[in-house]
Formats: sequence, C-alpha cells, structure tokens
Amino acid sequence: MTTETIDGAPGSAPHKSGSPASDAARWKWRRSEGGVLNAFSHVFLAVWALMVGLPLLWALWSSFKSSGDILSHPLSLPTHLHFENWSHAWTKANMGQYFINTIIVVGFSTVGTMLFGSMAAYVLARFEFPGNRLIYFIFVAGMAFPVVMVLVPLFFVTTNLGIINTLPGLILVYIAYSLPFTVFFMTSFFRTLPTSVAEAALVDGASHTRTFFQIMVPMAKPGIISIGIFNVLGQWNQYLLPLVLNQGDTDKWVLTQGLADLAVQQGYQGDWGGLFAGLSIAMLPVLAVYIVFQRQVQAGLTAGALK
Amino acid sequence: MRHGKYRFIIGFLAIPLALYGVLVISPFVQDFQISMTDWTGLTPDKHYIGFDNYRKIIHNHLFWQSLWHNVLLLLIVPVVTLALGLFFAFMLNVGGRRKGSASVAGVRGSGAYKIIFFFPQVLSVAVIAILWQQIYNPDPDEGVLNVVLHSIGLGSQTQSWLGDPKLALACIMAVMVWANVGFYVVLFSAGMSSIPTEIYEASLLDGATRSTTFFRVTLPLLSDTVATGWVYMGIIAMDAFAYVQLMSVNNGGPNEKTDVVPLLLFKTAFRDNSQYGLAAAMGVAMLLVTLVFAVLTLRLSRRERIEF
Repeated sequence: MTTETIDGAPGSAPHKSGSPASDAARWKWRRSEGGVLNAFSHVFLAVWALMVGLPLLWALWSSFKSSGDILSHPLSLPTHLHFENWSHAWTKANMGQYFINTIIVVGFSTVGTMLFGSMAAYVLARFEFPGNRLIYFIFVAGMAFPVVMVLVPLFFVTTNLGIINTLPGLILVYIAYSLPFTVFFMTSFFRTLPTSVAEAALVDGASHTRTFFQIMVPMAKPGIISIGIFNVLGQWNQYLLPLVLNQGDTDKWVLTQGLADLAVQQGYQGDWGGLFAGLSIAMLPVLAVYIVFQRQVQAGLTAGALK
Repeated sequence: MRHGKYRFIIGFLAIPLALYGVLVISPFVQDFQISMTDWTGLTPDKHYIGFDNYRKIIHNHLFWQSLWHNVLLLLIVPVVTLALGLFFAFMLNVGGRRKGSASVAGVRGSGAYKIIFFFPQVLSVAVIAILWQQIYNPDPDEGVLNVVLHSIGLGSQTQSWLGDPKLALACIMAVMVWANVGFYVVLFSAGMSSIPTEIYEASLLDGATRSTTFFRVTLPLLSDTVATGWVYMGIIAMDAFAYVQLMSVNNGGPNEKTDVVPLLLFKTAFRDNSQYGLAAAMGVAMLLVTLVFAVLTLRLSRRERIEF
C-alpha cells in the first residue's frame, strides 16, 4: 500500500510544520483543510467501527452475566463472571456436540469441494474435448439461481438417496452447491498458470493424474487457499440447508441450527446467559481465526468479486 | 500427450459432475415438474394439475406481499450498503489526503478499520440475526437499543422495534446493511488502491475538491466493481431467509409484514400441510424474478470499460 508510506513520510504530517516558506499562506490553508478532512473521516469511520464492534462485545460480556442481570441491566459490565453460562451452553444445550459436528461437516466438505472443484476446473481449463464449454457453462450457471428455489426437490432427492438427516449427506450437498463458484474461479486460475512446467513433466513420463497432483496443485496453491477460505466460511455459516436437510436427530445438528434452537428455548426458560454464551461459542472461533489470517480472509472473500 | 487423455478427463470429471448433476441439476429440473402437481409428499401418488399452482400463487395476496418485501429489500438494501461501502472506502483510502503535499493518502489506522468493519462478514447469518433480535428486544425497559435510547435522553424514541408492523422490515434491512457494509469497504478499497495515484494527483492539481474527485474519478473507475457488488447484494436481498426467519416475530410477522418469498416457500412446504407443489411453483416464480433482476442489472451496468 503506497498510501501508508506517504502517510508516514517525514514532513507530511498534517498538524506539524515543515512546509516550504514560499506560498506559505496557500500551504497553510491546504494543510488545515487536510487536518479537518482527516478528523471528518475519522469521526465517521470510528462511529461505524463502534457500531460493528460494540454489539459483538456486548454479546461477549453478557455471556458472563446472570440472566437476571442481563434483563435488568443490559448494558452494565458483569459484576461476577458467570462461567457456568458457558458450561451450560456447551454441555446442557449441546453446543459442544454441534460445534464438533460443524467442524466435521465443514472439514470434509471443504476438502471435498477443493479436490473435486480443482479436478473439474483443471480438466476444463487445460484440455480440449467435445462438450468442454457446455460442461463449464452448466457448472457456472449454478451460481445464478438461489438454493431456496430447489428446496422441495432437494429434500426428496436426499431422502431417496438415504442421505437426509446424516452428516455425510450434508457434506455431499455442501460440496455440490459449492462447486459452481469453485469451478468458475479455479478454471480461470488454472488458465493463468504457465503450461511449460506441466508439459515438461508429461514429456518426462509423468501421468496426467500425477502431473495434476504433484505439479499443478502446488502451483495453484494461492488460488486454492483463497477459494478454500471462501468455502470454509460459507459452509460454516450455512443455515438454510441444514435446517431443511438435517432436521432429524438433534445429535447431528450443526452450530447454526443449535443456536437458532437455543434462541427459541431460552425464550421459554429465561436462560439469557446461556444464549449469549452460545452466541459467543459460535462467534469467537471464527473471529479469532479471522483476526490471525485477516489478510488472507479478506483477499479470499473478495477474490471472486474482483475477477 | 494424447495417451490416456480421455480416460483422464472422464476420471477427473466423473465425481464432480455426478455430485453436481444429482444434487443440483436434477432438483432444479424436478422443481418445474413438481410445480405442476398437487403433491403433498405423504403419498407417492401425485396428480398433474397443470398450471393450477401458478394460478393459486397469482391469487395469493400473501405471495405478492412477500414478493413486494423482497423487491423492497432488493431496491433499498443494496443502495444503502453500496453507498456506505463506497463512502467508507473513500474515507479510508483518500480521506487522509493532504492537498499541500499533493498526495493521496489513507487515514491513519485504515488497516484496523478494515479489520473491524469486516467482522460481520465472517460471522454466520444465524449469529447476526439472533444477536440483533436481542438488541431489538421489544420490551421498552429491557431491550438494549431502548435502554441506550433512554440513557442518551431519547427515551421518547423507544419502540417495540420488531413488533411494530411498520418498522419491523426496516429493522431487518438495517441489520442486513450492518452485516454487509464491511465486505464492500474491503472490496472497494482493493479497487481504489489499484487506481493509479497519478490520476488523483492530477485532479488535485487541477483543483478538484474531494467530492468532485469521488464522483468524477473514483466512481467511474470503480463502476465494474460496483456492478458486481450490486449483483452480490441483490442475491443476498432476494434471499433474506435467515434474517427474517430468525429475527421477525412469529416467522414473518407481525401481520406477515416481514414475510419474504423464500420464507413463504419454506413454510408452505415444510409447515403448512406439506403443499410441495405450491412451494415448488413459488421456487419457479423466484427464479424468474432473480433472472429479471440479473438481466436488468447487466443491461444497466453495461457501459464502456475504462482502461487504466
């Protein structure tokens, strides 16, 4: 970012002196305007930052308060740390189980999506064969229509296949619905990679499969990571699909389903502390991962839109 | 090079195509077929009733109301989200500029702002919706929003936010904007940082003010990104299922004033006597609306590309 370096350059700080003597009045006017604009920008930016940050912080600190306290003093900081909210949410409200289920589903479906998506994309990007364009178009067309419109038939397809209300079923559905974007993005990514390395490997006697896994996949790593992050977040946050295709056994629920149920349950039971602990359990891990890898996450999520 | 080529192609395409065909394409095709039946799913027999379900939809006042809510979302949420996103991105990237040094600079701490603004984007829609449902808590003495209003002396403005038929949809829209602005700030920032600074500097030397710079330089050069963002946001607004289902009083209430087509479809299929045929027809109707939106957007945004 060049802006950063200009910002920190000596003598360019808005409030300090250091302008040339000539044209002093003009400089002064301009500098002061710069200062005002800066303050103006910061006010708006800071207000929005607070609007984003405070609700999340509020959920976190409410998770340490007693339910009575949450109701009577919703804004106050916790006086005692009620850790039992967390243990209740984790064990009694089953959030621990949902958490593990979510990790299993998202883990397998992301790996599956990236594997199958890259395989299809590689073939579509690098090989000429009849039907190539048609298959590519069929994949990409999937980006255009909303999942909700196929809810009814999807419910029956998964029922007939016997994969409804199972974690593997959810994994397969997640993979299938993540393929359009993954294929779209990875195809254009594979096209940008140089052909010479792969050709050299083939000349040396490597099979196509081997060339793909040992040469192309390592070369495509940046693209795979970007779209992998995109898929992890999308699948982690999925709500509609599990709601319809995984309504059976509560032991198989994922985090978002469990949380929605918790919100309804706590309405009856009045255990608000437990609800906020549940929210925090669903919120903190992703936020933590995001803060550590924020550069990659931002790049991954915006990559598709910039193409 | 040719050796085993087709075997390889088939081998690599088989699994992805099978998964995609069975779980995405076939339900898509079946949706049209189911929409022509009176199927309730409980018994295997279904009768083809032609366009009866579509006729039912056309005369269903609830469907039109839900569709109208989707259209409202489609018109308002993207405009507000993209405008705020552009505004903040411009502030972040050009807001710190000093005319004196004829340079364009981001404000101090722009990196931190971008990280914070992006928070909601990584959170699940379910988390966001439930969190805001708590914030909007309708009880005037207990909801956080109301308590905040009281404490800053705006006690008269307290509302039963999600319980008020006139306000509920707007409250949900506000959350959708809140959740998505950060993404566009980052997206537009990336776009703005790829605009050469010489262009800004030249316009500065010509005496352009900040708003002129924005409307004459930044916006035209970003028009492609804005158009893409519009489509993304439109898809989110067309859905809105999780927001409405989790936040609204009584699943689309009060008085169905927040209901949207996806939620209506869900309720028709899985709650109200399993009217699968009718729900499938709603799915087809939604597809049509989405296609119209996409075509219109592409038409409107088609303009000459500016190379830089």
